Amino acid sequence: MLSPTALRRWSWTHKWSSLVCTVFMLLLCLTGLPLIFHHEIGHLLGTEVEAPAMPANTPRASLDKVLTTAHALHPERVVQFASHAEDDDNIWFVTLTPTPAPTDDFRSVAVDARTAEVLAQPRFDEGFMYVMFKLHVDLFAGLPGKLFLGFMGLLLLVAIVTGVVLYAPFMRKLAFGDVRRDRSARVKWLDLHNLLGIVTLVWAFVVGGTGMINTWADLLIKYWQHDQLSALLKPYEGQPIVPAAERGPLQQALEAAQAQAPGTKLSFIAFPGTAFSSPHHNTFFMRGNEPLTSKLLKPVLVDARTAQVTAAPALPWYLTALLVSQPLHFGDYGGMPMKILWALLDIATIVVLGSGLYLWLRKGVQTASPAPQPAGSATNGFAGGTLPAPGAARSTEGAA
Amino acid sequence: MKQQSSFWALWGWPIVIGVLTTTGLLTALVSDTWGDWWSWVALGIPVAVMGWYSWPRATAAASTADASGASSSALR
Repeated sequence: MLSPTALRRWSWTHKWSSLVCTVFMLLLCLTGLPLIFHHEIGHLLGTEVEAPAMPANTPRASLDKVLTTAHALHPERVVQFASHAEDDDNIWFVTLTPTPAPTDDFRSVAVDARTAEVLAQPRFDEGFMYVMFKLHVDLFAGLPGKLFLGFMGLLLLVAIVTGVVLYAPFMRKLAFGDVRRDRSARVKWLDLHNLLGIVTLVWAFVVGGTGMINTWADLLIKYWQHDQLSALLKPYEGQPIVPAAERGPLQQALEAAQAQAPGTKLSFIAFPGTAFSSPHHNTFFMRGNEPLTSKLLKPVLVDARTAQVTAAPALPWYLTALLVSQPLHFGDYGGMPMKILWALLDIATIVVLGSGLYLWLRKGVQTASPAPQPAGSATNGFAGGTLPAPGAARSTEGAA
Repeated sequence: MKQQSSFWALWGWPIVIGVLTTTGLLTALVSDTWGDWWSWVALGIPVAVMGWYSWPRATAAASTADASGASSSALR
């Protein structure tokens, strides 16, 4: 059992860690809700690109031709990335930006992988879903915004752990799931806060923790370049980004990468000078075919001039952790039933956050609660309010 | 002994639900067939538990249900 001093400290930590992050967590839960279904919403809004049906053995167009087609629409830009659609490798998405540097100013061109014809020019940088996405990821504030939200995520984890510790003193006299509806609204919401909080515990901890890890993605990629790529790039030291005119054939590079990593599928290509590549390479990120390995990426660095494989370094543990944390945050790895459960758990978390805020706002209103108890005085000012006194008769037993 | 039973009274269901959720989150990562199905069960049960206990209902009805549940298990 917690001593009154320990209880006061846990209560204080729970109160302040939650209060500081609650507004942001509410924002993240609300904006995350449509993001769970971004694929389905895209289909409904007609913004999802579909490739026309063709026989399965239709030959595929050369990657060079695909990129030429895309680049012709934005000749003043450079190609930063090219990837296949999530569930359809008959579509290439080509991302074009003013320079190879990371930016929010990008254009996307969807190209048919068989005919090399333009399918669409989807705008991923505007509209309702984009606003939801930016609010969720970085509050429109770039890396500082991400890191700030990551810190809020850390506070959420602290609030969850301290909340679990406080569950014991509040629930000792109650059976699991008891909600005292016959008492004041505050007592009812306290019981609901404890119930929903303890049931969503593991889910909220995992989604909060993986969300926090995701905010470090940019930094982890940078560290990877410094940690692993810089050694591989020694021979290229001092050379500028390979100019477009001097680059070798991409189709050949793609085939070299595929030969290097048999049994994998292409996830995306990062072109020279971009955040995911080196100034001298086209980096092909390959993914496995198994449920788990399909979430992991294997980078293959192909020399941009010669189209020869330079290296295929194993992914370091921190990038593996980052990649595994993504599905665990998105809830997109168990079909539609999982997405619906993800949404319901998200809504339950909103109720936990909202009820916590309510309990704190109403902390002065004790009229309907039992008279202050000795143990309650130990938690004066705590959002959770009065505790059942140790040894006091279970108040609901009489009613039941 | 009493110490132990009060521990399980308090933490039994939270531990069961926590373990269930953990398995559900993990199995869907490693299998797209049974793993997905298990994740729907293992995440669905906590959601159902929340729905069951937080759904507004008359206290009298709830306690009647409790009492009949208790008496039927006593009969067995």
